[in-house]
Amino acid sequence: MSGKESGYLDMELLRFTTAGSVDDGKSTLIGRLLFDSKAIFEDQMEAIEKASLRSGGEDVNLALLTDGLKAEREQGITIDVAYRYFATPKRKFIIADTPGHIQYTRNMVTGASTANAAIILVDARHGVLEQTRRHTYIASLLQIPHIIICVNKMDLVEYKQDVFEQIKSDVEGISSKLSVKDVRYVPISALVGDNVVDRSKNMDWYEGPTLMYLLENLHIGSDINRDDFRMPVQYVIRPQSKDYPDYRGYGGRIMSGSLNVGDTVKVLPSGFTSKVKTIDLFTETLQKAFAPQSVSVQLEDDIDISRGDMLVKETNGHEPVVSQDIDVMLCWFNERKMIPGGKYTLRQTSAEMRCMIKSVDYKMNINTLEHDPDDLEVNMNDIVRVKLRTTKPLFYDSYNVNRNTGSLVLIDETTNETVAAGMIV
Amino acid sequence: MDKYQINHLKELEAESIFVIREVAAQFENPVMLFSGGKDSIVMFHLARKAFWPAKVPFPLMHIDTGHNFPETIQYRDDLMEKTGARCIVKYVQDTIDQGKAVEETGVNASRNKIQTITLLDAIEQEKFDAAMGGGRRDEEKARAKERFFSHRDEFGQWDPKNQRPELWNLFNGKKNMGEHFRVFPISNWTEMDVWQYIYMEEIELPSLYFTHKREVFQRDGVWMAKAPFMQLKEGEKLEMRDVRCRTIGDVTCTGVSLSTANNLQDIIQEVAATRVTERGGRADDKRSESAMEDRKREGYF
Ligand SMILES: Nc1nc2c(ncn2[C@@H]2O[C@H](COP(=O)(O)OP(=O)(O)OP(=O)(O)O)[C@@H](O)[C@H]2O)c(=O)[nH]1
Ligand SMILES: [Mg+2]
Repeated sequence: MSGKESGYLDMELLRFTTAGSVDDGKSTLIGRLLFDSKAIFEDQMEAIEKASLRSGGEDVNLALLTDGLKAEREQGITIDVAYRYFATPKRKFIIADTPGHIQYTRNMVTGASTANAAIILVDARHGVLEQTRRHTYIASLLQIPHIIICVNKMDLVEYKQDVFEQIKSDVEGISSKLSVKDVRYVPISALVGDNVVDRSKNMDWYEGPTLMYLLENLHIGSDINRDDFRMPVQYVIRPQSKDYPDYRGYGGRIMSGSLNVGDTVKVLPSGFTSKVKTIDLFTETLQKAFAPQSVSVQLEDDIDISRGDMLVKETNGHEPVVSQDIDVMLCWFNERKMIPGGKYTLRQTSAEMRCMIKSVDYKMNINTLEHDPDDLEVNMNDIVRVKLRTTKPLFYDSYNVNRNTGSLVLIDETTNETVAAGMIV
Repeated sequence: MDKYQINHLKELEAESIFVIREVAAQFENPVMLFSGGKDSIVMFHLARKAFWPAKVPFPLMHIDTGHNFPETIQYRDDLMEKTGARCIVKYVQDTIDQGKAVEETGVNASRNKIQTITLLDAIEQEKFDAAMGGGRRDEEKARAKERFFSHRDEFGQWDPKNQRPELWNLFNGKKNMGEHFRVFPISNWTEMDVWQYIYMEEIELPSLYFTHKREVFQRDGVWMAKAPFMQLKEGEKLEMRDVRCRTIGDVTCTGVSLSTANNLQDIIQEVAATRVTERGGRADDKRSESAMEDRKREGYF
């Protein structure tokens, strides 16, 4: 197999998402990226040409490449995330094109939660709007490692440098209050194509890279936590067959860190330790495995382990916190408001339990990015800090250290809907 | 890439295995839909990887339109025998015979729509609470919108305007009695990924995917295979050509492409160079702009 793994099969995967206010041009930009990187097929192009004509447009509307639902085409807006794919010789990309409309913020969060990078669009004519601020804040809350601010529709402001510089400094004003590490700024026109894939001829004053260059070259190798080994047990594999009478494997995806045969691991919540006997992936026997691989792990000792437990390694004194009381930043998604003191089902890694909302500490004011300790009613799209009490111990890392073991969702026990996303502080 | 990174195919594989294991853990009676096409072959391969050395802990199910290429059925039966997996077969013909659906007539007749009735009936009869499908988001614009875990109401319908948020890798498979889930483990794979993966993993495929001589005719610019239940329109004539299938579906609505590719490397080259999507040759999608969304709302795959 080694020969086959070389060359063009060896590509890195980068996941990115779009964000920004309604009509800032997110879908058009994705259409432009796909079009200029020749990822659009002839029949797709024909179909959107026809649909553009039908809706009365003069030019081909590239946003129709991602706005695939009937309701979206009728209203000319994005409602739910669309996933699109393209590859260049350097990388394979998974794009989540998300809606700008506030009503669909939950779909924006859905698309952003797994992203390595977020492209936040700002309309050059309108500058920073409330949704720009909200999405920038959400991107920082979700700890998306790379943020690219694209000042779009430069064609409508005569490609003026001062417009770009003004918006750039406005966004810097916001991001200085947030914990974002890597922020870049690019002036573009999604409609015409300036600085998307090809360098603009209309903005000599801009010396930075094009959007495509950034996407191809962002350093994503350290986006994942490589230090702390964590593997939630998803499924216990017990063939009980003639060939494998005693096989007992713990199936799961490594969420962070790495594991070697012979390593000592600790099982949470029991606290027992054992050594790794084998790491299997189908007929391959591995010596080591690391995030984000899915494997089956056998231990030397017979310990009672089931779904919801977690295998961990202690490194540099880092171990998951075990507690029934947690502080969480919560994005509320549901039309039904949060019930103070209410009980919800909580899901974190492969663990599931009930929890109670003990208190709301504050609500984020999106306009000032300040804490509001007085308005504590939690409605759809609000972002709040809460204290939760769980029915059994939760083992977690803080979201800032580990996106995979520090994230949770709340589920309404009567409707079964996912009503909130949480990041453990 | 350094030694602690995996390539994009391995990462997609790891994601799909994760999803399949979630299904086995969260549902009581899941099933994996199997059509005999390359996507369901890859999905089944991933399922075997997810539970090895144990057997796949759920059955497969084939909704048989009766309009198959015989090679597909042969391949399916051989694969089940080789892997010891169980495949339930449900026939669209039975749905028609029971009077639950009326067969379309005319030269463009297809059993594609009736398939949905057979599928929903089977899910209800067998009390399946989750059905995994090999649908990929890159196939079609309505599919591009679908979650990994896609909730269906008691009528099997999808509500694209009101999907559950799906964050990180936390999947919510909770539902009320009578409702079920469709799950798409290979959502994030493209056609190219599937072919590269088949090559990397040396997965055996039905011979239809490789070049062979076949009697074909042209309809609306698409090459279609001759079959006993296919009627020719005026002006259409049969010719013998070198062809292969790019997707394998119902003979009545799946086009074939002219090709002399007889190995995976050539096919990958061909996929890289083609300028139309694989569904470009499918008559079922061409019926209207929102043909796929409409069918999906009703409960199609
Ligand atoms: N002149 C000009 N118009 C643009 C540009 N980018 C987008 N537009 C137009 O802006 C309008 C909105 O574009 P969309 O791409 O649908 O906006 P969006 O951000 O995806 O909107 P939502 O998804 O609904 O939030 C369309 O009419 C586009 O043609 C640009 O660079 N220049
Ligand atoms: Mg849009």
